[in-house]
Amino acid sequence: MIAIVVLSGFGLALVAPAVQRLLPRHAGWLLALLPLGVTVTLARHAMTIADGGVIAQSHAWAPALGVTLSFYLDGLSLLFALLISGIGTLIVIYSGAYLSGHPNLGRFYAYLLAFMASMLGLVLAGNLIAVFIFWELTSLSSYLLIGFEHEREAARKAALQALLVTGIGGLALMAGLVLMALAGNSWELAEMLDRRLNLAGHPFYLAIVILIFAGAFTKSAQTPFHFWLPSAMEGPTPVSAFLHSATMVKGGVYLVLRLTPILGGTAAWQTTLMLVGAVTMILGAWLSLLQTDLKRLLAYSTVNGLGTLMFLTGIGTRTAIIGAVVFLVAHALYKASLFLNAGVVDHETGTRDVRRLGGLYRHLPLIGSAAVLAGLSMAGLAPFWGFIGKELIYEATWQSVGQTSGLLTTAAVAANALLIAATGVLVIKPFFGPVRTVPDGHHPVGPALWLGPLLPAVLGLLCGLLPGWPAQVFITPAVAAVLAQPQDIHLALWHGFTPMLGLTGLTLLLAFGVYRRHAGIRDGSARFALGACGPAAGYEISLNGMMKLAKWQTRFLQSGYLHNYILTLIIATIALVGYTLLRGAPFQLTLPAMDVKLYEGVLAALMLSAAVVTVRAQSRLSAIVAMGVVGYGLALLFIDFGAPDLAMTQFIIETMTVILFVFVIYRLPAYKIISTPRQFARNGVVAVAAGVLMTTLVLVALGVREGSLLSEFFEANSFIKAHGRNIVNVIIVDFRAMDTLGEITVLTLAGAGVYTLLKLRPKEDR
Amino acid sequence: MELVAAIVVGGLFGAAVYLLLWRTPVKLIIGLVLLSNAINLLIFLAAGLTRGKPPIIPEGSLRAAQAVADPLPQALILTAIVISFGVLAFTLVLFSRTFKTLAATHLDEMKTTDS
Repeated sequence: MIAIVVLSGFGLALVAPAVQRLLPRHAGWLLALLPLGVTVTLARHAMTIADGGVIAQSHAWAPALGVTLSFYLDGLSLLFALLISGIGTLIVIYSGAYLSGHPNLGRFYAYLLAFMASMLGLVLAGNLIAVFIFWELTSLSSYLLIGFEHEREAARKAALQALLVTGIGGLALMAGLVLMALAGNSWELAEMLDRRLNLAGHPFYLAIVILIFAGAFTKSAQTPFHFWLPSAMEGPTPVSAFLHSATMVKGGVYLVLRLTPILGGTAAWQTTLMLVGAVTMILGAWLSLLQTDLKRLLAYSTVNGLGTLMFLTGIGTRTAIIGAVVFLVAHALYKASLFLNAGVVDHETGTRDVRRLGGLYRHLPLIGSAAVLAGLSMAGLAPFWGFIGKELIYEATWQSVGQTSGLLTTAAVAANALLIAATGVLVIKPFFGPVRTVPDGHHPVGPALWLGPLLPAVLGLLCGLLPGWPAQVFITPAVAAVLAQPQDIHLALWHGFTPMLGLTGLTLLLAFGVYRRHAGIRDGSARFALGACGPAAGYEISLNGMMKLAKWQTRFLQSGYLHNYILTLIIATIALVGYTLLRGAPFQLTLPAMDVKLYEGVLAALMLSAAVVTVRAQSRLSAIVAMGVVGYGLALLFIDFGAPDLAMTQFIIETMTVILFVFVIYRLPAYKIISTPRQFARNGVVAVAAGVLMTTLVLVALGVREGSLLSEFFEANSFIKAHGRNIVNVIIVDFRAMDTLGEITVLTLAGAGVYTLLKLRPKEDR
Repeated sequence: MELVAAIVVGGLFGAAVYLLLWRTPVKLIIGLVLLSNAINLLIFLAAGLTRGKPPIIPEGSLRAAQAVADPLPQALILTAIVISFGVLAFTLVLFSRTFKTLAATHLDEMKTTDS
């Protein structure tokens, strides 16, 4: 069942472009049926899961490697999967209207559905390898979606940046998961969770934690990797809403929550998460306040939300985990709504600059209402679901043990106050301020456009008003999965006069103060921009450095000079063969008996001197003559040692070679000394080394020679089977006739090439 | 005799390598010829040398006498000689055409143009 849920998205992605072409007006609604179906299918299992059940399924994939396509549905993965498919449904419908008329809309649907399937795979996968593969697929589809408008350079750059940052994190994650599998002796998440395995004491533990954090922090845009997320806003708005706020960036949070039972409980895990989360949370809220572009503002507030989730996971108490899960849902709902809202505003007015927007509520009442509902939930005001989330955050920091409690609470209040002020910038002025931009009315806001912003915003209100049911069905099982014990959670809007209520009041006061001065803060802080020392600049520097390294390496390895290549080849051969000879199995350097006849000695001396002459000769003709002497000497050796056929061939070929040389030689440039004496000396050393190596190699080979079965076969069968007395000839024309045919073909081609080159004349020669 | 032949192989190989590293085309091609000669001799030698007993089945006999020269490396070398001649002829003509077309005087100048 789960495999179909996950893989059907990939299947539909393949046909989505065709659907778009056949039914251009209704494709969005039609394609949205799949995510809707997935949502319903998953929701039907909600009660089973709420009763403490888990659904695990396994399909063999690469059994030899221990890789199975296994799926694991428990409270945590169900919650994530429902958010993905539910918001996915709205996004697909919205895209149809938002990008209507775009020439590549069909391709966009394909990317979007493939992404949704990958994301579902990630949260439902039960095998560590499968987790990694789906993780990388989400990075890949994110790349395609951010770069969807690939004609713009900014979009391409942002897409590459997101891919590189999350891709490098993904590689670290893979190493972490492999180490985890080795340490836990299993590739199956379900099995590890069932065994209540905790790796805290394992020698690999620290390495696993660092590698998994590298993956999770890059994916979930934690400081200092947060810079890619605002850049990713170059993608179309539905993409920003779906990937870069509601789902993909939460992949890291999911992973951390999922692995908390296995890896959590140590200072390395909890404190790192708490610290990184706190910094990201405050930095995100602060940077969010400074933005004037609606989407960038939302992007930084998403950074804040992701930081908050990591922060709560790091605190790790029961209240903190409940807070994290509640906030996760709240954030997904209001952020999807607000992003889609920003898309409609951009669509209707042509700008996303808050300084140029104002008084839109009158013209876009439905969108305006959605913005207000979602904004109030984001600000954490009663009676919205976001309020419950924020109260839980305060409760978690307030109740945390030790002296850090005050510090944590201060951090949470500061981040929230900044965020609420940013929400004010986002909602109040554009919709209720003085009228600035009037929609041109060319694009009517149909149901496809208002459904996406409105539905999640209304859900945020409903859940806040009736917190009991979602708490029981969705929150409790998810928290139980993270804490690895059954839970009974009751959420309520009103807890009486608690310190948390006081903190909320304080936050609102602070936020009001900040909001009143936000324009001044924004302009004033522009002077303190990090610029050249920020993490984004660090990314630029490393990218450029990588390019330079690649360029240098290419120039170094590919110099374009033939003698460099030859030198590299020969030195590498000498080094490798020499190393093997010295370090390999002990070999016998046999010195054969010296039964040299006089004429043989003279012949050898002649060949060697002729070789020296070829090297030293200044005239081309004498070099060729010396070369001929070597060839004829070789032929004489062949005669001496029982190879008359070889000798004949060698005589003929050598003669032809010399004739050919003499024909061509005067067309080639004369000798010229180009190399420096040092280069000649170096070449000489290399050449002598190569010669010595070959002599040694031959002597070693002589020592290990054994009779060849093939030779015996040929000697025995040459006459009986092939009726020939000259064994060499029989081998060539009979036993190995196909080889000879190939050889003839090569010769023919070479001959045709020679003829063409000689006959072919460039036009100016005529 | 194997020792002497092995030294000849090494000498030819060294000379060939030295010539290949030269930047004048004629030397390079002569280097190629010496290299193929050296390798042929190496194969011949690696199978062991047998004086004056070619692998031929005498009249009236069904198989070769004992201890004739090994026919297999001979067949290999026969192929190699012919093939290397084909390659050499092609290289030689290609070089002469290229140098004429580019008006280059040595190998390093050949990297400067693609046209």
